[in-house]
Amino acid sequence: MSTERLAVRKTYKLYVGGRFPRSESGRSYPVTTAPGGFLANAAMASRKDARDAVVAARKAFPGWSGATAYNRGQVLYRVAELLEGRRAQFADEVRAAEGLTKRDAAGAVDAAVDRLVWYAGWADKIAQITGAANPVAGPYFNLSTSEPTGVVAVLAPHDSSLLGLVSVVAPVVITGNTVVVLASETGPLPAVSLGEVLATSDVPGGVVNVLTGRTAEIAPHLAAHMDVNGLDLAGAPGDLAAELETAAADNLKRVLRPGAEDWAAEPGLTRLTHWLETKTVWHPTGT
Amino acid sequence: MTATLTGLDPGTVEDLISSDASLRRFLRGLPGVDQVGADARSAALATRSIKTTAKAWALDLAIRLIDLTTLEGADTPGKVRSLCAKARRPDPADPTTPPVAAVCVYPDLVPVAVEALRGSPVQVASVATAFPAGRAALPVKLADTADAVAAGAHEIDMVIDRGAFLSGRYLQVYEEIRAVKEACGTAHLKVILETGELTTYDNVRRASWLAMLAGGDFIKTSTGKVFPAATLPVTLVMLGAVRDYRAATGRQVGVKPAGGIRTTKDALRHLVQVNEIAGEDWLDPRWFRLGASSLLNDLLMQRTKAATGRYCGPDYVSLD
Repeated sequence: MSTERLAVRKTYKLYVGGRFPRSESGRSYPVTTAPGGFLANAAMASRKDARDAVVAARKAFPGWSGATAYNRGQVLYRVAELLEGRRAQFADEVRAAEGLTKRDAAGAVDAAVDRLVWYAGWADKIAQITGAANPVAGPYFNLSTSEPTGVVAVLAPHDSSLLGLVSVVAPVVITGNTVVVLASETGPLPAVSLGEVLATSDVPGGVVNVLTGRTAEIAPHLAAHMDVNGLDLAGAPGDLAAELETAAADNLKRVLRPGAEDWAAEPGLTRLTHWLETKTVWHPTGT
Repeated sequence: MTATLTGLDPGTVEDLISSDASLRRFLRGLPGVDQVGADARSAALATRSIKTTAKAWALDLAIRLIDLTTLEGADTPGKVRSLCAKARRPDPADPTTPPVAAVCVYPDLVPVAVEALRGSPVQVASVATAFPAGRAALPVKLADTADAVAAGAHEIDMVIDRGAFLSGRYLQVYEEIRAVKEACGTAHLKVILETGELTTYDNVRRASWLAMLAGGDFIKTSTGKVFPAATLPVTLVMLGAVRDYRAATGRQVGVKPAGGIRTTKDALRHLVQVNEIAGEDWLDPRWFRLGASSLLNDLLMQRTKAATGRYCGPDYVSLD
């Protein structure tokens, strides 16, 4: 009897609406290691997959934005817990995708876990930072509170397959937005595995939707989509970014322009506050 | 096909309805429906891909075929008026959008709909005969129908007595449809079979024939209150029945699937079936309708996508 096992290869699919469908188009594309060796085939999403993902994100929005901030923080912390439990797998995937040393890859995964915990802690505190009791010249309470923007399309950075992804997705969802994220084109595998973590960690289906494929093909459809409320261009190539921003202007999407980001550095609140709208309420003081 | 299906002259029909037994013999003698075959045929037709100009044509046709429906206990005159406005001009931003075929409401709201649709080609349809259960005495059903007609309804959607049908009292069902047809006067009569309660495709075919023999102008799948409602295979069986009936008698009867058709994809699949099973003659609001409410918004969003190239969202169509 042979002791050799058959290889059990993983099929990398999309993560849309809490399920793992193949691309509607049936297409896939080969993903290689940083030096160029074959790794796996990833699903190549089409514009219809993007459309389906937006529908799923829209459907999940009322439930997720209506959950208490405290609850959202707990859910995101749970994601961090599960990611921590699968550190070894993610370290291998990140290493293959980015060509890092074993130590650097493990460091990137740890930083991603820490980033999730950091944002999870902000869930029930951001309202105190962005909200205010405004002084007005009249017998009124005047209160400003922040509310999530809606469905946000995110182009994840290409160079940082896990830490970069977590750094752009976590600040969007923690405040109650739902997200359609287009994973790094060159290193999409950690993103698909992150989908597996999300699927098993109390994040309602549709809150995070992960697409893999060609950024230049999918991004214009997300940018022009009338039911998307925000667009994060972190992973948009320079020449495409301006074009996408123009397309996004049609329904006045909030756009976050790409910049030179150091994903390992302390993130600050920019990404957190960018996807919030301010609601101001006047109320008689009753005197 | 059996001999009964070719050449069904009025004399033969007279014989058929002379007694419960003869009607039962005829209906039970109809060729059986191969359930696996019907499901497979339907599934195969559902894979047809309709794109570009053909799709644009089909979207407009689907809009023209809609019976825009609101049948809620909570319906108000205001809601009916806004529905009528939407029926006349489904997309106010695009005047090339055709109006829908009809607005379908409860009888007490018919006057509101008639008033709101005056001067437009949109018809007013009303459900009647103790919709949706149909559990009332015949005089009550006839009064319900007469009421709706008097209020100005152009089309009446009646429900059959499923209890009588399922226990084999076909003649009773037949006579009820005849009576309601008479009460309709010039109004068109759509007969709701409520296929979700008929359990088998054989029963769907029998009920279709029964409704057509009794003079129904349309046969309609469901009330929308029972699930499953309009499934593709059920519509396929009914389309086959109207095709056979026209071959046998020369009279054309329309089909209306209703309930559960929410997406453009569903609607296009129904249109493909109409074309393939009944024939192109039925691709017209006079002979085919889609009973729906939320479907219209999906069609409008698809239409906008086709015109602008951008995906549209539910923020840009009216709530219903």
